[in-house]
Amino acid sequence: MEIPYTDKPRPDTGLYNAKLGIWLFLASEIMLFGGLFSAYILLRVNAAAGFWPEVKLAWPHGLLNIPIGTFNTAVLITSSVTVVMAWASLKMHNFARFRMYMIITVLCALSFLGIKSYEYNEKFTHYEVRLNNGEAYTGHLEVDGHHAGFWEFGSIYNLEDLKAKKDLKSLKFTADPPRAKPGEHVHGDGASHDHKIMDLKLDEVAHLDAFIPRNHTFFAIYFTITALHGLHVLGGALVLFYFAFLSNRLWKTNPEQFTNRVEVGGLFWHFVDLVWIFLFPVVYLL
Amino acid sequence: MSDHSSPVAGHDGHGHDSHDHDIASHVRTYIGVFVALLIGTVITVAMYYVHFESMALTIAVALFIASIKSFLVAGYFMHLFSERKMIYGILVISAIFFVALGGLTLWGMHDWPTGAEGKAMYVP
Repeated sequence: MEIPYTDKPRPDTGLYNAKLGIWLFLASEIMLFGGLFSAYILLRVNAAAGFWPEVKLAWPHGLLNIPIGTFNTAVLITSSVTVVMAWASLKMHNFARFRMYMIITVLCALSFLGIKSYEYNEKFTHYEVRLNNGEAYTGHLEVDGHHAGFWEFGSIYNLEDLKAKKDLKSLKFTADPPRAKPGEHVHGDGASHDHKIMDLKLDEVAHLDAFIPRNHTFFAIYFTITALHGLHVLGGALVLFYFAFLSNRLWKTNPEQFTNRVEVGGLFWHFVDLVWIFLFPVVYLL
Repeated sequence: MSDHSSPVAGHDGHGHDSHDHDIASHVRTYIGVFVALLIGTVITVAMYYVHFESMALTIAVALFIASIKSFLVAGYFMHLFSERKMIYGILVISAIFFVALGGLTLWGMHDWPTGAEGKAMYVP
């Protein structure tokens, strides 16, 4: 059975069916991300007033790497323009150029995910430490001379893990320089650069945790939204890769249908870009 | 790859010169939008380093720029400026539900549980 209205518009809607389908899907996606954005706003507005980490339940500022986030935004915007250029190339009957633009798009998607993984790694290896005397620090932990890494989930520590570690020999903590408070970051990065290296004694530590979801509602919502967005990038990249390399036969048999498929894939990709356009200022800057 | 080129020609039976010209002018628009989006990103980040007294203003500026950028992406890249009525209908409905969802969330903030139950929720 032939699928109806893949290349010609359906008379009553004026749209080929896949286009109606993708827009209905995108409407449901708006609600999916809308729910998570609402959760973010709820958590953000209800965070305690004050400066984190001194105030434990305040909202942390400046923990995400803004230059890297900005670069990643540019990468995603570039991929959004190349995917529409790929579609325009098909409209101009230039398959070679279509493929070139699609390859650039997929490479941008992979760069985005690579950079995001780097950022995740930075968080998994960054720690918050609170001492019994009330002092609070952020910094990097060295357990028996070993730094934790992205692929070693077993070496992301918390206080209980470390207390249970019977053969623990040394616990070094390199505290970050005091972070600039909002309004102080106008001159350079506003922070002094002296790292304080401390030998931690476990019985003096009240709280110790990496910047992972359980540590703070900020990280819980940050990882939830960015990981869901990352999965969308991955899924989109797979589909666009399929268009670029594995579905050329359709271009020869039914070029209109192929062009429409690429447009639909592009619509999804632009949506993924749109989500990031809001996600970046909200999560990194507010 | 030249074996792939231009199977559309002849498919719908008429010349493509004017059509191609249309698309070529679209391409120029896409590049203009791309540049605007990059400039928007730079302004958003620059605004972060400008200190506003009011948090509300900071949020408003950031979301305003994001809205302009999304307007450009949706309007030009997703062709919403020249789309069929049915798609506008779908989007109006999702906009209503989106606002309702956010509105309910904000409303919920003024309706915390009180008494012992509420206190238990607030304790870290």
